[in-house]
Amino acid sequence: MTDPVTACDGQGPPVDLENQPVIVEVRNVNKAYLRGNHVIPVLQEINFDIRAGEFLALMGPSGSGKSTLLNLIAGIDKVDSGTIVIGGVDITALDETELAHWRATNVGFIFQFYNLIPVLTAFENVELPLQLTGLSRSERREHVEMALRVVNLSHRMDHYPSQLSGGEQQRVAIARAVVTDPTILVADEPTGDLDRVSAKEIMSLMCRLSRESGKTIIMVTHDPKAAEAAQVIRHLDKGSLNDAHP
Amino acid sequence: MKVPVSYSFRNLWTRRLTTILTAGGMALVVFVFAAILMLAEGLQKTLVDTGSWDNVVLIRKGSQSEVQSGIERLQASIIETQPEVAAGADGRRMLAKEVVVLISLPKRGTDKPSNVIIRGVSEESMAMRPQVKLVEGRMPRPSSSEIIAGESVSRRFTGAGIGETLRFGMRDWTVVGIFDAGSTGFSSEIWGDADQLMQAFRRPVYSSVIFKLRDASGFDAFKTRVESDPRLTVEAKRETRFYADQSEVMAKFLRILGMSLTIIFSLGAVIGAMITMYAAVANRTAEIGTLRALGFQRRSILGAFLMEALLLGFIGGAVGLFFASFLQLLTISTLNFQTFSELAFSFTLTVEIVWQALLFSLVMGFVGGVLPALQASRMKIVDALRTS
Repeated sequence: MTDPVTACDGQGPPVDLENQPVIVEVRNVNKAYLRGNHVIPVLQEINFDIRAGEFLALMGPSGSGKSTLLNLIAGIDKVDSGTIVIGGVDITALDETELAHWRATNVGFIFQFYNLIPVLTAFENVELPLQLTGLSRSERREHVEMALRVVNLSHRMDHYPSQLSGGEQQRVAIARAVVTDPTILVADEPTGDLDRVSAKEIMSLMCRLSRESGKTIIMVTHDPKAAEAAQVIRHLDKGSLNDAHP
Repeated sequence: MKVPVSYSFRNLWTRRLTTILTAGGMALVVFVFAAILMLAEGLQKTLVDTGSWDNVVLIRKGSQSEVQSGIERLQASIIETQPEVAAGADGRRMLAKEVVVLISLPKRGTDKPSNVIIRGVSEESMAMRPQVKLVEGRMPRPSSSEIIAGESVSRRFTGAGIGETLRFGMRDWTVVGIFDAGSTGFSSEIWGDADQLMQAFRRPVYSSVIFKLRDASGFDAFKTRVESDPRLTVEAKRETRFYADQSEVMAKFLRILGMSLTIIFSLGAVIGAMITMYAAVANRTAEIGTLRALGFQRRSILGAFLMEALLLGFIGGAVGLFFASFLQLLTISTLNFQTFSELAFSFTLTVEIVWQALLFSLVMGFVGGVLPALQASRMKIVDALRTS
């Protein structure tokens, strides 16, 4: 049964993208994987822009290349050819060490299975990306507490992931993603492992981050309901962008 | 930037059983390692403590020990007239002409025979060894068949207790006193009158001459002069050096044996640590991918897993040392290869041994952890995340 109320209902208006600068430029990107002796093309000649504050949903069937595209934009995989410029930095030209530094300050990750470190508390998980910054202990604490407040989990900061529900774990993961105030947030099936109620909570939270905090979000999803929260939806099919999709 | 140490520590805590088993294996190896070092140290300490820095021992050139040595009465008299020999409060020279023989005595309880040193001493012998104190009975009367026994000997050998009689040199000898020589080699000796023992064993020569230096810094000059004197075929050593040399072969043997055993055992412990760490990496592939995605460098991942392996080694080392420290309560006796006599000594734990054992355990942890840690650090982020 479809829920007549969408995740973004009751929240402010979406960001006016017309007046926003382009923050992500994807140009002529190609990517193929080698499986045995076979070269399997995954992405072919991908070109598109993302504006600052845009909430983009990448959709498409399994194997269409949407997760690969997300990984390339997030700087955790390398293109075979083409360029990806984010915030004025051509990340395809960065070496591995530079790319790790760049990710630490520019990308917030939200994974399908939350990917929290089980031996660290919610507070420590959110603090992890801040360990890579030059912030003092007290500054880190301040940032973490604020991020946990945003996701409404201040009262669970000393809990370990195993003591939290799926929805709560994903909210901790979102706090971890936003705590460094990154240039882009990338989310790979953020509601894929959640029940309907938790999924809606998460999408509502992401919608709020987009509309109230002006975060640029790139989300891969299979779920049309989740995609409704996005301002822009792009479809991938067999490694190519298919914007003619209904 | 480093992954927090708490991450490595808590991962070990989370896998408590595996951690305990792996660290337990390492602890056993460290226990053996520390025990061997403590044994060698105890042996050396016992023999080195036996000597005094300002005493000089003279034995026949080429002799390895007092048992093999022989110094003629005339030679002993020449040594006695040397200016370096100190004088006691009563004006007598602080010099002892001693004879050392080995006899076999049965042990209490088992009746198993073992060699014991019988030292024929003179009046000054006791005064020159302040560490030797009579704790029971009295000193032997001169020119009598009376003897005193070290505490260790009286405890372990049949007939060596106070009031008991020992038969050797075709005579019966009565034990009239027990002396305590602390943790020195003298505790494993029986002392009697030198002249009586020489008669009993038909020994025309002394085994050694020991004297106290008038000035402790005068040793080198004395040694050079005496060893080049054609009338004397003797070798002079400070008493501390003399006993240290006596322990060298045995200590070296113990160390080589111990190291060989330890290396073989440590291979097992290292393989155990390696299996544990490979399992840790395999179970945490997604975590590794996440940490790398968040911006942690390959070297940070390498560091985190190495830290975990080192912590594992440290825990093993600390536990092994803890149990090894109780060995200090034990006293063991063994045959000293150089003197062929029974020597009682204790395991001795020193700060140096603690450091060596901990370093050894860390090396085991490092060797066991380095390959899995390298594997973890070389993972491709995308592949690692795919295992979520």
